[in-house]
Amino acid sequence: MTSYGSDLIVILPELIVVAAACLVFVLDPLTPHSRKELLAWLSLGSLALCIGLTGGQISVLNLRLPAFSDLVVVDGYARFWKLLLYGVTGLTILMSLPYLKAEGLHLGEYYGFILLALSGMMVMVSGADLLTIYLGTELMSLSLYVMAGLKRASPRSLEASAKYFVLGAFSSGLLLYGISLLYGLTGSTRLSAIADALGTKGFDDPLLLIATILLTVGFGFKLAVVPFHMWTPDVYQGAPTAVTAFMAVASKAASFAAFLRVFVEGLGGLRADWSNLFVVLCVITLVLGNVVAIVQTNIKRMLAYSSIAHAGYALIGLVAAGRAAGESGGTSGIASVMLYLAFYAFMTLGAFAVIAMFRKGGLEGEDIDDYAGLAKRQPVAALMMLVFMVSLAGIPPTAGFLGKFYVFMAAVEAGLSWLAAVALIFAAVSAYYYMRVVMLMYMREPEAGVIDSPRLVTSPALSIVLACAVAGVILLGLYPNPVVSLALQSVLMLR
Amino acid sequence: MHTGGFPWLTVLIFLPLAGAGALFLVKETHARAMALVITVADFLLALPLWWLFDSSSSHMQFVEHVQWITSPPIHYSLGVDGISLPLVLMTALLMPLCVLISWESITTRVRTFMSVLLVMEGAMIGVFIALDFVLFYVFWEAMLIPMYLLIGVWGGPNRLYAAMKFFLYTLVGSMLLLVAVLVLYFYGGHTFDILALSQVTYPASLQMWLFWAFFAAFAVKVPMFPFHTWLPDAHVEAPTAGSVILASVLLKMGAYGFVRFSLPMLPDASRMMTPLMAALSITAIIYGAYMALAQVDLKKLIAYSSVSHMGFVTLGLFVMNQEGIEGAVMQMVNHGITTGALFLCVGMIYDRTHSRLISDNAGLAKPMPRYATFFVIFTLSSLGLPGTNSFVGEFLVLVGTFLWSKAATAIASLGIILAAVYLLYMVQRIAFGVPSPRELPRLQDIGHRESGTLVPLVVLVFWIGLFPNPLVSRMHASVTKTLETMARARVAPTSHPSATHRPPVLLTATGESQAGRP
Repeated sequence: MTSYGSDLIVILPELIVVAAACLVFVLDPLTPHSRKELLAWLSLGSLALCIGLTGGQISVLNLRLPAFSDLVVVDGYARFWKLLLYGVTGLTILMSLPYLKAEGLHLGEYYGFILLALSGMMVMVSGADLLTIYLGTELMSLSLYVMAGLKRASPRSLEASAKYFVLGAFSSGLLLYGISLLYGLTGSTRLSAIADALGTKGFDDPLLLIATILLTVGFGFKLAVVPFHMWTPDVYQGAPTAVTAFMAVASKAASFAAFLRVFVEGLGGLRADWSNLFVVLCVITLVLGNVVAIVQTNIKRMLAYSSIAHAGYALIGLVAAGRAAGESGGTSGIASVMLYLAFYAFMTLGAFAVIAMFRKGGLEGEDIDDYAGLAKRQPVAALMMLVFMVSLAGIPPTAGFLGKFYVFMAAVEAGLSWLAAVALIFAAVSAYYYMRVVMLMYMREPEAGVIDSPRLVTSPALSIVLACAVAGVILLGLYPNPVVSLALQSVLMLR
Repeated sequence: MHTGGFPWLTVLIFLPLAGAGALFLVKETHARAMALVITVADFLLALPLWWLFDSSSSHMQFVEHVQWITSPPIHYSLGVDGISLPLVLMTALLMPLCVLISWESITTRVRTFMSVLLVMEGAMIGVFIALDFVLFYVFWEAMLIPMYLLIGVWGGPNRLYAAMKFFLYTLVGSMLLLVAVLVLYFYGGHTFDILALSQVTYPASLQMWLFWAFFAAFAVKVPMFPFHTWLPDAHVEAPTAGSVILASVLLKMGAYGFVRFSLPMLPDASRMMTPLMAALSITAIIYGAYMALAQVDLKKLIAYSSVSHMGFVTLGLFVMNQEGIEGAVMQMVNHGITTGALFLCVGMIYDRTHSRLISDNAGLAKPMPRYATFFVIFTLSSLGLPGTNSFVGEFLVLVGTFLWSKAATAIASLGIILAAVYLLYMVQRIAFGVPSPRELPRLQDIGHRESGTLVPLVVLVFWIGLFPNPLVSRMHASVTKTLETMARARVAPTSHPSATHRPPVLLTATGESQAGRP
């Protein structure tokens, strides 16, 4: 029993976030409707506390703190992702404040659900046991299902929530099925124990392949890689924009973190098999995500397909890690995935923040055509959107370029130059639809005769989000050294 | 070879970039003047390099070398040699002229326009002086967005199509270049240092792949024959300053890429591909000339003449001898001056008549004598009249080609004759045709601002044409070194990279002292 005390200290950030979430739920009915932003500040305060706790350990990145007999572990890898998730969550809350007010949805529970989702993600990135990871995934997903349906008056939002729930539950079932098969084969759900068992047992059991595939499918849904992406466009479009941003960035990052840990720490022995599997997923994801994004007319749908494509780029890093020769331990591949998602977070959050502030006659301006002539009416916002689009397209000197650079570097190092070439060709394809937004903003006149022309609703909170995102995209594009060294120090090693 | 003192090259890049930001601090009405001051200052800062440059040395000069990204080791590494120096100076000279020519013709969003021009200037100079492959790539790609905006926002009626076409063509090429850069990093001893990578001997089959990846990026930019179709569209739709930048600087980047990367790094593949490259170049020379013959639009005519003239550049590069490469670099500079000037001239007449059709702009010698004089001079320069700059470059290229193949020289020379045909035919109509009465009242001769734009270029046309020696002598040592680098690799075509010429591996921050950079 004595060890529990130290275990609780290890998961102190998670406890703080959960406590803050409960506090929000309790305080919500007691807060008058006009003062709901107090709950947002409370949530931000808890995040600040967590950033202090996790950030304080940054100097001891290699320190590995297991807890609850190896069910969770706080290592450098977990800290890297947690810091990213705190940042993303904080910016999402700031973005939500004005957005929810404008939408007439300013509900206190919202912040509670965000914090609950965050705690689920934190468990995911720290989970050292398949069951812990599963629990974290479920906690995150259940909160997100609710958040997606927040716009109760909008059929789209409800459809998004229902679709997300049904498909999400289905994929969770597959994930659980895979976990149970692995348990049956190896006698444990602990990643380290699974790795040991696989290391000695050999890999020719067909059940093992099935288990690997089931795990891939389960995670594939969360990551939105093709062919498990079907829910993404509808959910991204229907959910409130702030929630979409949160799903596109935080949920994707946390899912990638858990996915990497399971396949690297647990199934590292099977890397030859899963890297073959992922090559296929990766290529079809890149092709479908980028090609289908071209024909979208709704900007949220377009960004949904773009986020699918970006998952494809990140996946390249994992494939490279699996293929890389033993001596490097796939370090550069895994670090490249971490960096990719960190860079991706800023540009995607920024793009969604611009969308969130864009309003047309009381509704969200979601048509890409609504952006026509934005540079004339709102030069600063248009310039920011330009930066985000350029970064998403992977053009230097932005963070998006460096993200791709590291991923492709890992691919070439692993002898996958052809994959890098294919991915780069599709990056050029993606530039078409990102540049189309730029074209509309800068080179088209706003449609004449529209009385209720689209406009931007600015607020201090949104300005902070945008400033952070732009600064992140440009500064990380020019000087990525701190983040790169952080990722390289906290990377997982393939055994 | 560190000059130790003033960081000339950094200033050349960052003065315009800082200026682009600073423009937003002044009033919209002052943007033009401020942009002019910045570009002139940048040119004045570039000018001393001409005299400070040691033409007896083949080394990189004014070198700056700072670690930029630690892992992988990417450096902020700059330097000029005899090949890049003329191109840097030419770029710095043309930018004030671009500001001047846009003085009255750009009326919307002037401040943004000028700021985009300045960003272009910083990125273009960066491309020519970057000595780290990633840094080069960053500048190379960073140019795309401002150029895209330049064509798309301030261009002609069909600008959206032209801008997107330009953007996608060049982007696809650059993407393959990035893969090649990464492959080189791992084969070349874990470095992005351009000079170090040029000393490595790569396996022949790898060279072939890399050659085509480089080709994808550079041939589109030049543009070489089958990849040239973006050029007429982009030129026609771009505003005058955009056309000048495209023709004078952007096209040179493709050729610069060939001479800086393809030839020294991939000598065996380059040698093997010489017949094909020469054939494509000669096709471009003849085809571009024939297309130019048929054009009724002035900008299109000059655009196709660019395809033809750039064919001489690539021809000179790929015959791979001293005369050929020196001629090619000369031709790069000369084409920049002459074609830039011709686009300036077209812009001036377009400002008056709002038409680029030859038939709408006929007979200008009477109403606009000064303009017609300039126009005739630049046309004669473009067709390579002895005494003007283009003659020197084309002559050297043909001499170099003659050493390689007499038949190729004979066919390529046809291009010069065709150039005389289409250019003289054009100048005959423009300067000495019958003016359309509808346009006459609008035709005021060029004023001081416009004359001032053209005079520096006229001076250069004759100066290079009559005294090419200062320019040739500055590039001589560097071209010799390029050829030596190629020959050196030939000594051991099959040897493994690890054998003899492997550079120090730059894995750690401490191991990158790079004493005595070659």
